[in-house]
Amino acid sequence: MIEELHDEKLKFLEEKANQIRELIIDMLLEAGSGHSAGPLGMADIFSAFYFHILRHDSQNPDWPDRDRLILSNGHICPVRYAAMALAGYFPVKELKTLRKINTRLQGHPHRTTLLGVETSSGPLGEGISQAIGIAYAGILDKKDYHVYCITSDGEHQEGNTWEAYMWLGKNNLPNLTIIIDRNYIQIDGVTEDVMPLEPFKQKLESFGLHVLEIDGHNIRAFIDAIRTARSEWRRTSVIIAYTIPGKGVSFMERKFEWHGKAPNKEESKKALDELRTLEGKIISEHQ
Amino acid sequence: MLNPELKLNPKIFDLDVEQRPIRDGYGDALVELGEKNKNVVVLTADLTESTRAHKFAEKFPERFIECGVAEQNMAGIAAGLGVSGKIAFISSYATFSPGKNWETIRTTIIYNNSNVKIAGHHSGIVTGPDGATHQATEDIAIMRCLPNIKIISPCDYWEAKKATLYSAEVYGPFYVRYVRDKTPVITTEETPFRFGKIEEFWIPQTKTDKNLIAIISTGHLVYQALLAAKELEKEGIDVYVLNVHTIKPLDIEKIFEIAKKVKGIVTLEDHQVYGGMGSVISETLMNFDFQKQYGIFSLPPIKFLGLQNTFGESGTPTELIQKYGMDKEAVKQGVKQIIFKIDEKNNC
Repeated sequence: MIEELHDEKLKFLEEKANQIRELIIDMLLEAGSGHSAGPLGMADIFSAFYFHILRHDSQNPDWPDRDRLILSNGHICPVRYAAMALAGYFPVKELKTLRKINTRLQGHPHRTTLLGVETSSGPLGEGISQAIGIAYAGILDKKDYHVYCITSDGEHQEGNTWEAYMWLGKNNLPNLTIIIDRNYIQIDGVTEDVMPLEPFKQKLESFGLHVLEIDGHNIRAFIDAIRTARSEWRRTSVIIAYTIPGKGVSFMERKFEWHGKAPNKEESKKALDELRTLEGKIISEHQ
Repeated sequence: MLNPELKLNPKIFDLDVEQRPIRDGYGDALVELGEKNKNVVVLTADLTESTRAHKFAEKFPERFIECGVAEQNMAGIAAGLGVSGKIAFISSYATFSPGKNWETIRTTIIYNNSNVKIAGHHSGIVTGPDGATHQATEDIAIMRCLPNIKIISPCDYWEAKKATLYSAEVYGPFYVRYVRDKTPVITTEETPFRFGKIEEFWIPQTKTDKNLIAIISTGHLVYQALLAAKELEKEGIDVYVLNVHTIKPLDIEKIFEIAKKVKGIVTLEDHQVYGGMGSVISETLMNFDFQKQYGIFSLPPIKFLGLQNTFGESGTPTELIQKYGMDKEAVKQGVKQIIFKIDEKNNC
């Protein structure tokens, strides 16, 4: 069960999210390439997952009863790596090896190289199908683990995603919850210009899914949505999390140009200055 | 002569040789596996009966997953099952799986090292009347280039059944190709199936003949190779017929052992010659590291029989293998071309 979220814990999660953001900037600068906007936008949700929602053990990453967190849009893996390092899966200093030769932190996640990432991902639209397989195995084995699958909005242009939703509409797996990072950007621009997804919620509902919408930077709202999703025992829930790409770094926020770009030294310094002083960028109930 | 040690079908050369669909070997093996191992799960993409998964589906409905016409989703779901303790078989036509969903397979099954067995049905031009769209003739090429996969191309019903059973015993991705129509039963239930080994189905009377040729084949066409061998024997031409059921990893040692003995090689496969089993053989023989390892630098020429950079078409299997140069006559001609050093335009 997911614990109650007390104010102290919420503050802790917000601080962790900010540490994750700082580590993302650090590691991207060191790597010299990679994605900035998506990882920064998902820091709050990853903090909530690794430090509150997931049943997991960083010292035993293949524990059979762990909850599974599937990252479908593998390109935002810096946020996952940062959260995993802070959660004790591997030393924080290893983050500096991102995208370098002989690293466990591949540019896009590789399951057999780094236990705990659950699947290899990067090519878009493939996560939900794999999450279905993992959830279905749990049902066959009468396990009570829950499967979460994080997806991007842009990857909903892939046919595979809708193949998977169609399957879920028929088979209704209640032990699977899908999170969509609705940040409205993709490589070529704004999603609604490149290939419109709206009316997104209605499309998902028409497939028979239980759809929730929340502010992806409001950790309390996100955790509440996860609780609601888990109490829906008849079908799969989808949480559309509205996020700001590049969240926390003003010059990156909402700019699709930062989708697949890493900051240079100067930009990193500016970004870290902002993050370390917060400057009111992270919405907190304590501010 | 037929290799007596392998307990092959003694009636193989009879006119009324028993014929069974290779795909039935898959279906029957699935039922056995389902009974033996509760972790075996079967998925299909709207092709339950024609991939012979229906018997499993009837017996084990909770472990049978219908995906509808959605091969990418099928591969992805199987990948998830395969990393969660299940042995997942995905059943479809090879043109669609691994054809249409190749990248999904590459990333979620192969790179992910998931325990998934890809069953590619309707392989080869002998898929027949459906025409080229449904005849998988590039599947070996697109799968053999992937690291971390094992590939089997069974020659008949029994070998298909044994290959399917074997694939479930070993963790990791397998690709096995199956054929729709009935094909002659070459082996018997007792014939040993040794994964990774090339078997000598036909052995020459003399192993020192200066004109000795090796016919190296895979899949149902091994039968045509055997027919050719028998007729060539009557003409005083000695050959080997080798059955390459395991395309990957290849039995390299055996290939060099044979290469040392023969004057030429004819490869025969129901697949494009570019990228198929013949390519595997020739790449292996030309590899300097292997040449050095086996101390062989002078190598026999190879005649490649199979689809020559063309698609198939509608027709009966017999008509098609004749038209596209994969029947026993083509094999005999290929053997003679090498022996007498003549090109295709001359009659033998």
